Amino acid sequence: MYVYDEYDQKIVDERVAQFRDQTRRFLDGDLSEAEFLPLRLQNGLYVQRLAPMLRVAVPYGLMSSRQLRKIAQLSRDYDKGYVHISTRQNIQFNWPELAEVPELLAELASVQMHAIQTSGNCIRNTTTDQYAGVAVDELEDPRPWCEIIRQWSTLHPEFAFLPRKFKIAVCGSEEDRAAIYAHDIGLELVTGENGDTAFRVLVGGGLGRTPVIGTEICARLQSRHLLTYLEAILRVYNQHGRRDNKYKARIKILVKAMGADAFREAVAQEWSRIKDGPGTLTGAEIERARSFFTAPEYREIDAAGADSELQARSAADPLFANWLKRNTVAHRVPGYQIVNVSLKATGFAPGDISDSQLELVADLAEQYSFGELRTTHQQNLVLADVEQGQLYSLWQQLQAAGLATPNIGYLTDMICCPGGDFCSLANAKSIPVAEAIQARFDDMDYVYDLGPLDLNISGCMNACGHHHIGHIGILGVDKKGQEFFQVSLGGNQGKDASIGKILGPSFRQEDMPDVMEKLLSTFVKLREGEETFIDTYRRVGIEPFKEYVYG
Amino acid sequence: MARLIRNGAIVEDHGPEVLDLEQWLAAKDRGSRAVVLEPGESLAPLIEHIEEIPLVLVNFPTFMDGRGFSYGRELRERGYSGELRAVGHFMRDQLTYLSRCGFNAFQFEDESQLEAALESLADFSEYYQASVDQPLPLFRRRAADN
Ligand code: SF4
Repeated sequence: MYVYDEYDQKIVDERVAQFRDQTRRFLDGDLSEAEFLPLRLQNGLYVQRLAPMLRVAVPYGLMSSRQLRKIAQLSRDYDKGYVHISTRQNIQFNWPELAEVPELLAELASVQMHAIQTSGNCIRNTTTDQYAGVAVDELEDPRPWCEIIRQWSTLHPEFAFLPRKFKIAVCGSEEDRAAIYAHDIGLELVTGENGDTAFRVLVGGGLGRTPVIGTEICARLQSRHLLTYLEAILRVYNQHGRRDNKYKARIKILVKAMGADAFREAVAQEWSRIKDGPGTLTGAEIERARSFFTAPEYREIDAAGADSELQARSAADPLFANWLKRNTVAHRVPGYQIVNVSLKATGFAPGDISDSQLELVADLAEQYSFGELRTTHQQNLVLADVEQGQLYSLWQQLQAAGLATPNIGYLTDMICCPGGDFCSLANAKSIPVAEAIQARFDDMDYVYDLGPLDLNISGCMNACGHHHIGHIGILGVDKKGQEFFQVSLGGNQGKDASIGKILGPSFRQEDMPDVMEKLLSTFVKLREGEETFIDTYRRVGIEPFKEYVYG
Repeated sequence: MARLIRNGAIVEDHGPEVLDLEQWLAAKDRGSRAVVLEPGESLAPLIEHIEEIPLVLVNFPTFMDGRGFSYGRELRERGYSGELRAVGHFMRDQLTYLSRCGFNAFQFEDESQLEAALESLADFSEYYQASVDQPLPLFRRRAADN
């Protein structure tokens, strides 16, 4: 993974010192609430319902065991002993004291971490595929490019006060696991004309109040132009994005208003002035970035032998066999496997993890996966490089710690934002709905039979739980001061992304498990063969679901 | 007489009369008049006369409006080399960003802040991006180190 040199360290350290001074001035009354607001947001600090919330950046979801141990320690020293994995692959603390945040940031800096630009109207953490570098369907590892973008976007002097937040995602594989169609900018690695790296550039995707699928504005951008082209897009947005209405301020609204062609033209104009300038990437820089993401020292493994051993283990232990089938994914190197660590055990808030679990995962990463792990936008963790021969002992340890719920990709592996229990913007509490649904669907055979299913839950229009792109989406709404839940169907992430359609009038919280049951039994009735929920929905449309649920 | 920060020092201002963009473009003696830009205005007509402008002021109606940052970059990229002054409701915590976008003068509403604001100019000593005062991005300078 990327390792800071003295420059990176200096930038992060100076940022901590700056924020320490800003916090002091605020607490002394020298900085107003309004002035402090953007400064603390750009350092990851929200003031929430009950206490501040601090969002720590996990650049493109990659972490070391050492960093994870630090997070565990900080969660004990400054918080209540647990943290939350967000849908932007970041880590959230829920209860730090404002006065202590500078110290917390200084501790993070000691392990090459920070909270820079994890909120506010600026360029946020760039996200990517949680299986980057190890996926079977990968064209090229997106992480060097994410790191290049991270550096360019960190404390960018021109783009710290944009009309609204700005999110970039990069995908380097066949299947899009980074939701690039739902980002302000989505970048897809493609092969350029002479076989080298190029980017397909999408703009104006996004969720929130007005969900939109991104539009292509460049089919093949040569990789050396990446930063100057991004700069041109941001400049057009910074100058022309709306600032009069926060709900119309995202770049998607600008792209719609201008039309994709005019937007593309405006970007080309800006670009023509900086193209081939000093911001043009050099071969040496691209190589430098790549040098941090080379393959670890995989052992030569007798793949056939490892496989037959796995078969035997599976036959002897059906629980293990089930976990293997549900929570692990094929690795591009024979004899290795990708392991998902589920943070979706029934009875726990989706994406939450305790200090002792963090420490355990740090140890397991060191023991089994070259000391690295990933956070995922589905709010789970990944150990990416596990030898097949060690899967059984890894599973036993995960199992003992409640981290082996065999549900990855299924109904109960739902995405859920912190909602009204924590978030001051919420219309409704999302976690109790998630928990009630998990409790209702505790028959795993039924859950497996439903096949892969994305259930995404947001507590308000801000859509942190990505409800628009869930096959089933649930959104908390406020009806005359009461918490209600609106259901949408047919959303999808991936290269055939779609936005879900609203089913109809919203429901009370206590009715949600019944509503889900009706939806799912409708699906089971209409389903042909092994069809997935989304395929059935695309075949039959929303009407039959409506009839059954409201009928 | 207004006091402001110019080129890293607190000075008294004896600048020329300030016109808005439209007035400035129409003025016969514009070569001895300053122009103030408001967010949302197009720079294009000004660019044609870039050699003639003695002083550009960029107004920040609120510190949340970041359009002025792009004005700074663009004016400098197009060859403007005179004084570029931020006015209005920006804050001292934005000074490093502003100066990296090409601003070399800062006129605060509240002049009592000037001494403290000078400190903020030194918040950072290293950056990733190219900027007006450092035309090479860090990745090019790093490469030169090795
Ligand atoms: S979706 Fe709304 S309620 Fe949920 S975390 Fe985001 S802002 Fe808060």
